[in-house]
Amino acid sequence: MSNGNIYYPYLMRIENIIDEAPEIKTFRLTFIKENEGKNFAFKAGQFGEYSVFGEGECTFCIASSPTRTGYIECTFRRVGRITGALAEKEAGDIVGFRGPYGNTFPIDNWNGKNLIFIAGGIALPPLRCVIWNTLDLRDNFKDITIVYGAKTVAELVYKYELEEWKNRGDVKVLTTVDPGGETPAWKGEVGFVPTIVDKVAPPSANTIAIVCGPPIMIKLTLPILTKLGFTPENIFTTLENRMKCGFGKCGRCNVGEYFVCKDGPVFTFAQINTLPPEY
Amino acid sequence: MTERKIINKASLDELFNKLKSGGKRIIAPRDKKGKIIFEEISSLKDIASDYIQTTLSPKQTVFPRYEEILSYQFENRNIKIDKETKKPVPTVLFGVRPCDARSLSTLNAVFTWDYIDTSFTSKLENTTVISISCSKSDEYCFCTSVGGSPGDTAGSDILLTHLDNDNFLAEIITEKGKAILLSAPELFSDKDKSASGGKDAPAVEKEKYLAHVKPYFDVKELTNKLTKLFNSDIWEEQSLRCLGCGTCAFVCPACTCFDIQDETNGNYGERFMCWDSCAFALFTLHTSGHNPRETQAPRWRQRLIHKFLYQPERLSVYGCVGCGRCSRACPADMNLLEHLVEIMEAQ
Amino acid sequence: MNLQDLKTKAQKLLESNTVNVIIGYGQGSGGEVRPVFIRKPADIDKLVLNDKCVQNLAVYLTKHEIKKLGKPGIVAPLPVTRAIYQLMLEKQIADGEIVVLGIKNNGIITELTDNKSIRSFISDVPSELTSEEKARLSEIKSLSQQDKWRYWDEELSACIKCYACKSSCPLCYCSRCTIECNQPQWISVPSHLLGNMEWHIMRAMHLAGRCVNCGECARACPMGIPLNLLTQRLSEVIEKTFGTSESAEAFYPLSTFNVNDKEDFIR
Repeated sequence: MSNGNIYYPYLMRIENIIDEAPEIKTFRLTFIKENEGKNFAFKAGQFGEYSVFGEGECTFCIASSPTRTGYIECTFRRVGRITGALAEKEAGDIVGFRGPYGNTFPIDNWNGKNLIFIAGGIALPPLRCVIWNTLDLRDNFKDITIVYGAKTVAELVYKYELEEWKNRGDVKVLTTVDPGGETPAWKGEVGFVPTIVDKVAPPSANTIAIVCGPPIMIKLTLPILTKLGFTPENIFTTLENRMKCGFGKCGRCNVGEYFVCKDGPVFTFAQINTLPPEY
Repeated sequence: MTERKIINKASLDELFNKLKSGGKRIIAPRDKKGKIIFEEISSLKDIASDYIQTTLSPKQTVFPRYEEILSYQFENRNIKIDKETKKPVPTVLFGVRPCDARSLSTLNAVFTWDYIDTSFTSKLENTTVISISCSKSDEYCFCTSVGGSPGDTAGSDILLTHLDNDNFLAEIITEKGKAILLSAPELFSDKDKSASGGKDAPAVEKEKYLAHVKPYFDVKELTNKLTKLFNSDIWEEQSLRCLGCGTCAFVCPACTCFDIQDETNGNYGERFMCWDSCAFALFTLHTSGHNPRETQAPRWRQRLIHKFLYQPERLSVYGCVGCGRCSRACPADMNLLEHLVEIMEAQ
Repeated sequence: MNLQDLKTKAQKLLESNTVNVIIGYGQGSGGEVRPVFIRKPADIDKLVLNDKCVQNLAVYLTKHEIKKLGKPGIVAPLPVTRAIYQLMLEKQIADGEIVVLGIKNNGIITELTDNKSIRSFISDVPSELTSEEKARLSEIKSLSQQDKWRYWDEELSACIKCYACKSSCPLCYCSRCTIECNQPQWISVPSHLLGNMEWHIMRAMHLAGRCVNCGECARACPMGIPLNLLTQRLSEVIEKTFGTSESAEAFYPLSTFNVNDKEDFIR
């Protein structure tokens, strides 16, 4: 971004590392050049290419809210070469960041509506950004519901934030674990995410649903939402695909006529229904 | 704004030397053990002759096989990034075919779409394209089916057409071409001074000297056809013999897919951009192990539909100029033109 | 080359459902031939057989898109048969899984279905380099160490890392090749000289003792790099050091260990 070359990353310092769950970490990154941090802005839904110099770049959404400036956050699970290298980093280490790329959640269009956020497992991070964004602008929206589940209690991410959201009083938060994943101390729901959604979703009229999760969860949640009267234009999700450049040139994330990095990662299901199954 | 002049071979030699001594690097087709590639030459004598099309395309001049984006140095826990600011070398790309000159607009469309790749644009800005029109073609050529022709001027700064004897018609097309003309106006004349005729440059019948490439299909109809064929089983049939290598993408003048790789040696390393191909099996592989295009059939389909449907819809350029290199180089004889004709005839 | 005999045999195999697909050569572009996959007996006239039929079709036997078509019969000139034999040694093809239509240089076509019959088919025509290949190889061998490096530096700097060599080689069938590993990235991806050297040296080493010298890698290379010279040279070294596969029952040197193995190469 600096020097006018679109491939150059910002240099970022890891200010803080949180171990969310086994193999899942959250980094808070600050800009080494303060003026770059001051001038940096993004919108909910956008992602970036995070660099480990010497290993390569990796795509994650920006998990912090655009209403909070001066830093960005990302959450990732150790699965491959770059995430493996990131997982070895310590606070104070330097990484790179290119972004923000991609399209955004059209939050302005949601004013005056109910919102229901539905997420599973490691898919809460892409929604954390837009959740905080809407909570920071709470008066713009009517009822906000968050349904989040994971296989086991240990695998829930953002445990402290889920508490914070619950304690606000102006958000309905239901956390659930799969049957068999609960601990004796668990006070939340037990059941698959789609089942919980069926129980608590607000009336579909005047409601926007934002769903993010593993393919199987989405597959089982969509019919429930359809049954409740949600139309594909009002159900949003984020797509993942293999990416390298992040801005539509390297060709990897091409799905049908879309590039996930340019026309996404935020899509409505009305759009997804027109896509060939190549993602 | 196209101006017509005549230049003969001796003057062309002189022009070449003038450009070279003026500091320009001249890149032209050269015969390397039977394969014709683009390389820097020091004299017109070194240019390959008597071939239909080169093996590798000239895209390497503006989109190299690999290029350093940045370098990094580890100093304890600190990292220093070096900004790669190599100045582009003023270059003359000499002896490309009209199809190759056309392909530059496809490359430009991809690399300047929304985010501008300044490394690419500065190379393109510093490159002057002197093309030579085609007097011969073969069964692999299909430029006229995709909007081009053996004497097309699109993308060229100067287009030379070989006339009788040692004379060339020189069409000066752009400002860059004009700058070359003005740098040595004495080398160009308005009349074809050959023994017979002495035609005025504007009156030269260029078409007489061009190859005939018959059109095999209408590319707009092809685009339309492809919108209906996504789920057809034609892709599996067509891709049976495809071996999944990167030859077609790498010899293609319009293919732009690339990879980004870091390479470290001790405390120092470089981040490279390098060519990649959608035909490779792992091009779209997710770290989770999921691969959206698991077999060769969807990869073959992606290649064609991207070039003839997605790219023109998105960027208003086709991803193919009909040069035929992919078909000539393919180790399994995939022959793109044959497949396209088959698609046009498909139900 | 008896095309009619081939067509008759191939058609019978299809009609009797002994095989589901015939992998052979058909008319290609520019007067050349190309691989064809014939599933219907009525299409048998697509087959051709002439001295242009040199592409090593055995590469298709390990591709899952082709395996999906069913049990194959394969038109196999000698280099193809040798590759098939090596694939059988490496347990990639089991006895009875394919039908080989072996073609010797005299044009006679023999149906072969198991390891033993294929072995005796190829063993009376030992694999030998052409006189041209021999001359080329000895030319390079006679160079000094420095000049050998210079020779390969020049040849391999032309490599564009298209992997046509790997894709067309019947013995490069690994579902995840070393170049496709990124933890760690063993072989550089960009096509600089070092990366090209790494790739070709590694590939030649992985083929040592296995390469059947069909020359497909050199034919497939769009840049005309004589890659088969590297593997030929290694084949020579392996033969000299460990003996040939002709001299023992179903063995290829680098896959076995014998207490009596020579150790004089450890210096």
